[in-house]
Amino acid sequence: MAGNVVTLTTDNFDETIKAATTPVLVDFWAEWCGPCKHIDPVIRQIAVEKAGALTVAKLNVDDYVDIALRFNVMSIPTMIVFKNGKEVDRLVGARGKSALLGDLGKHL
Amino acid sequence: MTTHPHRKVIIIGSGPAGLTAAVYTARASLAPLVIEGEPSSTSDQPGGQLMLTTEVENFPGFPEGVQGPELMQRMRDQAARFGAEFLTEKATKVDFSSRPHRVWVRDDEYTTDAVIVSTGALSLMLGLADETRLIGHGVSTCATCDGFFFRGQEIVVVGGGDSAIEEASFLTKFATKVTIIHRRDKFRASKIMQQRAFDNPKIAVRWNSQVTRLVGANKLESIEVTDTQTGAKETLAVGGLFVAIGHKPNTDLFKGVLDMEDTGYLVTQPGSSRTNVEGVFACGDVQDHTYRQAITAAGSGCMAAIDAERWLEHRHATAAK
Repeated sequence: MAGNVVTLTTDNFDETIKAATTPVLVDFWAEWCGPCKHIDPVIRQIAVEKAGALTVAKLNVDDYVDIALRFNVMSIPTMIVFKNGKEVDRLVGARGKSALLGDLGKHL
Repeated sequence: MTTHPHRKVIIIGSGPAGLTAAVYTARASLAPLVIEGEPSSTSDQPGGQLMLTTEVENFPGFPEGVQGPELMQRMRDQAARFGAEFLTEKATKVDFSSRPHRVWVRDDEYTTDAVIVSTGALSLMLGLADETRLIGHGVSTCATCDGFFFRGQEIVVVGGGDSAIEEASFLTKFATKVTIIHRRDKFRASKIMQQRAFDNPKIAVRWNSQVTRLVGANKLESIEVTDTQTGAKETLAVGGLFVAIGHKPNTDLFKGVLDMEDTGYLVTQPGSSRTNVEGVFACGDVQDHTYRQAITAAGSGCMAAIDAERWLEHRHATAAK
């Protein structure tokens, strides 16, 4: 459904970032990370507002640390933008909605 | 430009000071608007410095301790229960030169009778070249966020206060060894925290030392440490560096508007939360360079709420005459 946030796992990670017809924003997060909790509602709003132009997905690094390490994530939240399966941008650290939209603007 | 309904009280900042002020002013039916800040990975975020801590052991009423973010969520819920409203944005400009006072969030203007300033303090960084580039690549401002990624590695914490030792202790859950680098020959931290560091076999301390260079192409690989007494330099291979060297008051917004000390702390009149501008009150770490505790911030937030409430009543009574 448009505006849904995709929950990533080992089984759907590669497929999701490669098969998407839009850029994919992957939010690497964990339950114990305060700043991650603050940006969760922000990226969910962006998923709805940018539905059709951006796919928003979340990866829990606690459950899938191997994927986090594969992308050298050393700090959360880290948000990676993928286009056609390739990393095109990386945003490290939490930020507000307008700042995040500003950072994403050039990819949409 | 959007304008919004006039308010009796606007609170800028949402740490223990701002949220306590919100609880009190909300219970006094003043319907405060709390401009709580924006998400960030530094202490400049809704909830403030406690959002980056784990266990808080010295806040009264929690004999088993409480997680910093949980404590802040509970304070926020308590203020919301009595009618405080929250705006998850940063105030970008203020004008206290005329009445009503005006506060902006980008192009949105808010007017208010009273303002409570509780913008807290920002974590200081080392100020080294490449530091900003390496944040998220081995250099961290948030041990609770990033410690997980340093499992089985040797890491360094810079600082000598309670927060440095708390971070070091927390990081021993993941790291094989944590070295605290401190520029003096003794800690500023409380005795109980110091003892905790000395008792932890995974924590080592390098006294009289400063980190003077960060080295790493894509991620941090090593640091240069300089002995503050002999000037001798040494290179240490480390994968992670956590900075906890203290804070500075978050007062850029009020430069030239509110009286502040050379260090940036807002000046309040002794025994009160009143600033030099009538109807503007300050509480918490933004005006406290002495205690800087969650409970003292909360206490001063209560003072600011009561001062604001009395000021509003007095003004109302005077206007009615």
